[in-house]
Amino acid sequence: MTDATIRPVTLPLTRERPFDPPEALGLWREEDPIRPLAYPDGHQGWLVTGYAAARAILADPRFSTRIDLLHTPVAQRAAQFRSTLRRPGFFLRMDPPDHTRYRRLLAGQFTVRRMRQLEPRIEEITRDHLDAMERTGAPADLVRSFALPIPSLVICELLGVPYEDREKFQRDSAVLLSLESTLEQVEAAMDDLLGYLDELVRRKRTEPVDDLLSGLAADTDLTDEELTGITTLLLIAGHETTANMLGLGTFALLRNPEQLAAVRDDPEVAEHAVEELLRYLTVIHIGPVRAALEDVEIDGRLIRAGESVTLSVAAANRDPERFPEPDLLDVTRPGGGHLSFGHGIHQCLGQQLARTEMRIAYPALLRRFPGLRLAVPAEEVPMRTDMAIYGVHRLPVTW
Amino acid sequence: MRIVADTGRCIGAGMCVLALGEVFDQSEDDGTVVLLDPEPPASKAAEVRRAVQLCPSGALSLVEPPPG
Repeated sequence: MTDATIRPVTLPLTRERPFDPPEALGLWREEDPIRPLAYPDGHQGWLVTGYAAARAILADPRFSTRIDLLHTPVAQRAAQFRSTLRRPGFFLRMDPPDHTRYRRLLAGQFTVRRMRQLEPRIEEITRDHLDAMERTGAPADLVRSFALPIPSLVICELLGVPYEDREKFQRDSAVLLSLESTLEQVEAAMDDLLGYLDELVRRKRTEPVDDLLSGLAADTDLTDEELTGITTLLLIAGHETTANMLGLGTFALLRNPEQLAAVRDDPEVAEHAVEELLRYLTVIHIGPVRAALEDVEIDGRLIRAGESVTLSVAAANRDPERFPEPDLLDVTRPGGGHLSFGHGIHQCLGQQLARTEMRIAYPALLRRFPGLRLAVPAEEVPMRTDMAIYGVHRLPVTW
Repeated sequence: MRIVADTGRCIGAGMCVLALGEVFDQSEDDGTVVLLDPEPPASKAAEVRRAVQLCPSGALSLVEPPPG
């Protein structure tokens, strides 16, 4: 088969069903797990929907994450891509050896052991928010009262960002992740957030306290600009992703009562359930994207140097060759191995924190409110198809 | 079997620790892998292989004993 026989497609963002990736991705995966993709700027690159190929490319050093080399598969993301150009400290967008230096400085702060030490505090934070929900009474928007504030507060405490300022950074990060933001809005939000965090970094230098940011300021040779970039990245990544997993995951469990009961009643299940919800729901709505640094042949496809490759981890996580009955949510499914945190050297730095938060939060919520249910028809729950991180905008619940 | 860990490649994701905490640990400094038991017993072979397979950076490999 030659590439010319396959019509380039554009990346779909609309989802026919709230918990499944766009249907076309599944059809394309069956036909061609690596296929030509038309990028909105006229570039012709690739779309990968198969698990094996996506995992292989994510681990392959011949593919770069540098933003100046990437084409975005979604026109609306161009503004976000541009806003992170040449920002010191944005190591997510760096290749080795630049990336290695930052990752090394940070990885010790996010080890499995460190995250286990945070468990009592995360349990306390979760309890406080459940108490507040109980006091206020039903109905409630689970996003506002539970899914967003818990990871927000946890990452703030860990980094040393004042939680009182959450309105500011939650607003900025929403603009940065929205596919409807204009370039001007994105740049204004980025400037606002960087300005705020820059001031915070300077304060940590002069008045250090016991938090990650003060530690980095004191113990490393990172410049203020680098520290500000790192903090921006960790702050956004640290709350938006887990928040959406908590919101969307609860919605999915409410629609699958037997699975919900298993998570609620069997402590052993909670751990598996987190991995399965991560796989099944894959909140990474677009990509990630890589650019080939040289010609690479994968599964008979020649990806040329300079071509962008969009790896749909949402589609890859539904690949039947890797996961039997992939479209079924099964919280007892053994294994893991999903690509929701990515793979390769950029695999999520905060994944052990995210796991810990979810492992605590889901069962705690379901046990506190055994009668938890949607307060609106399921069709009326507003889905985040307009955001780079998928999930629910609101989840009205009662109990 | 013997586990070989390349700390130069390791990114400190912690997947090995999560998979098999008796055998793998992470450095407090930079999060890179520390082998608690570089030659785990055969009874742990399946879990060790799984941990190696999950490693995102390809920092872990296995040296299997010669057959027989």
